[in-house]
Amino acid sequence: MRIRTLEIGVGLFLLAGVLALLLLALRVSGLTVDASKDTYKLYAHFDNIAGLTVRAKVTMAGVTIGKVTAIDLDRDTYTGRVTMEIDSSVNNLPSDSTASILTAGLLGEKYIGISVGGEDEVLKDGSTIHDTQSALVLEDLIGKFLMNSVNNKESN
Amino acid sequence: MSADNAYAVELKGVSFYRGTRSIFKNVDIRIPRGKVTGIMGPSGCGKTTLLRLIGAQLRPAEGEIWVNGRNLPTLSRRELFDMRKQMGVLFQSGALFTDLDVFENVAFPLRVHTKLPEEMIRDIVLMKLEAVGLRGAIELMPDELSGGMKRRVALARAIALDPQILMYDEPFVGQDPIAMGVLVRLIRLLNDALGITSIVVSHDLAETASIADYLYVVGDSQVLGQGTPDELMNSDNPRIRQFMQGLADGPVPFHYPAPSYRDDLLGAR
Amino acid sequence: MRKISILERIRLLGRSGIDVIAALGKSTIFLLRVLFGRGGLGNSGELLVKQLYSVGVLSLVIIVVSGIFIGMVLALQGYNILKDYGSEQAVGQMVALTLLRELGPVVTALLFAGRAGSALTAEIGNMKSTEQLSSLSMIGVDPLKYIIAPRLWAGFISLPLLTGIFCVVGIWGGAVVAIDWLGIYEGSYWSNMQNSVSFHEDVLNGLIKSLVFAWVVTWIAVFQGYDCEPTSEGISRATTRTVVYASLAVLGLDFILTALMFGDY
Repeated sequence: MRIRTLEIGVGLFLLAGVLALLLLALRVSGLTVDASKDTYKLYAHFDNIAGLTVRAKVTMAGVTIGKVTAIDLDRDTYTGRVTMEIDSSVNNLPSDSTASILTAGLLGEKYIGISVGGEDEVLKDGSTIHDTQSALVLEDLIGKFLMNSVNNKESN
Repeated sequence: MSADNAYAVELKGVSFYRGTRSIFKNVDIRIPRGKVTGIMGPSGCGKTTLLRLIGAQLRPAEGEIWVNGRNLPTLSRRELFDMRKQMGVLFQSGALFTDLDVFENVAFPLRVHTKLPEEMIRDIVLMKLEAVGLRGAIELMPDELSGGMKRRVALARAIALDPQILMYDEPFVGQDPIAMGVLVRLIRLLNDALGITSIVVSHDLAETASIADYLYVVGDSQVLGQGTPDELMNSDNPRIRQFMQGLADGPVPFHYPAPSYRDDLLGAR
Repeated sequence: MRKISILERIRLLGRSGIDVIAALGKSTIFLLRVLFGRGGLGNSGELLVKQLYSVGVLSLVIIVVSGIFIGMVLALQGYNILKDYGSEQAVGQMVALTLLRELGPVVTALLFAGRAGSALTAEIGNMKSTEQLSSLSMIGVDPLKYIIAPRLWAGFISLPLLTGIFCVVGIWGGAVVAIDWLGIYEGSYWSNMQNSVSFHEDVLNGLIKSLVFAWVVTWIAVFQGYDCEPTSEGISRATTRTVVYASLAVLGLDFILTALMFGDY
């Protein structure tokens, strides 16, 4: 009888441990079972990627449609080249779509937002988004604002 | 039967060192088969080491240890484990497995080495426990037993596989007179009834002398003397006499080796 | 007092260095013999279950209680700091990442060393001093297989599971404080967490850490027990050594593993 309770205890323990790992995987990290979804690659060049990191999400109309997989410097144009993987279910992005680096909240993480263009032609695997908008750099913004107010005063 | 067979255990020119200190130097000991042999000597002279050498838990630096016609230092690890089935050891503390009850303790060697059915194991365990007079204690845990009872259970475990050689490591230490008397009787009884070769390592003179057929006195990393208890009692070797009669001073000095007392007191700084 | 010359000091230093290397070699040989030595027993499953109970199940209470409290403290502290930046919604993310990457594996391993590791050392040391190990080998059973191996495996299996339980309980404790007490919206606690925690980077790396810690802590514990001087002082010294060495090894290895896993970004 002593052995029996011991076995039950150990069984419960193992079960609880495996359940905990499962919870960590599914509930906490939001792992989906079909992790190996089909994706295709898109590139975009930005003048300033300012704090965008690998694994940042790519959204359209607020819906996540992909993620950033690599960031490097294009040696010819001196711009930051961002590689994105987009879900292949979203295969109808017009070729003149715009990519911009946005910030979640004032100090939150950076992500890429894509807004739709009007062309009939769509972006294919390996193509580049030409119309881009770089990250808003707070210092630049403040600088511009100050300049404007000085100019305004002078014109008065 | 060859002459070799008269002896169950033979040590030939055995030396053993712990670090640089020699415990045994070129020691020859022969244990006659079917008799009770006592190995005596002052504390710390390596009596337990001797048992471990015979039990092949230690390897001698030099020499041969023949047990039942096989030389232990030449055997492989696996063969040694097989050899040990022929030997039983009663350790000083009993060494019962604390997480098993009395029954399981005695059944342990049987479960490990045999594939006997459960009823048979039960019968054998009951027989062995009956032999040491503890059949009633079958469901107790080791920590519910007194020191003497622990040793008797351990004895039952040691004889579970019907060994040919049974070794006792200081069986009388820390026992009350009754428990001591019981053990003395048991050792003699088992030896005669089962035809076992018994080796008793001890420094308790009276008890050992009362059951042993033959005695060895070891000390100073060698054999000081051997013979029947009577022969040794009347030995004219001063060291043996000191040990057998329990004198405080003699060839084994009362004082630990030290520089001159006078110099120490007068302060040679 | 005898004066120690410089040469003597250097000699002693070199000797203690050699001693350390010798101990390392001895314990490695010990580990290899436990894992790969022959002569396993038929009932090893039963032995393992017994050890899983005393190593794993009996550590459960301290792990769960500490997990809850650490999660709650993390949520409280994190909230106070994040509030200044107006991003208290990120509390869930902070609690989860801290627990998964660092505190989960490390604190569980430290608690495990204190609870199960010291008990293992004391138990094996006690078996050694009461000659149970000798008596096993005289019966013809290899104590490395019968006593050491099941304990080693039990530790190896238990610690990662305990780490998982610790993290889940901690995150839950953090949720209780953040949602019920500090009034953070439940949805943002969980969704912020899910968005920022990655299975491969965080959960798996934490698991790898705890696997490494499990080996090291259990190995140290059983070796110290097996190698201890078979007296009561010897056992208590070995128990202390287990806790000290295991804790230092866990913290040191944690730094190395963290540098390897998270160092390059």
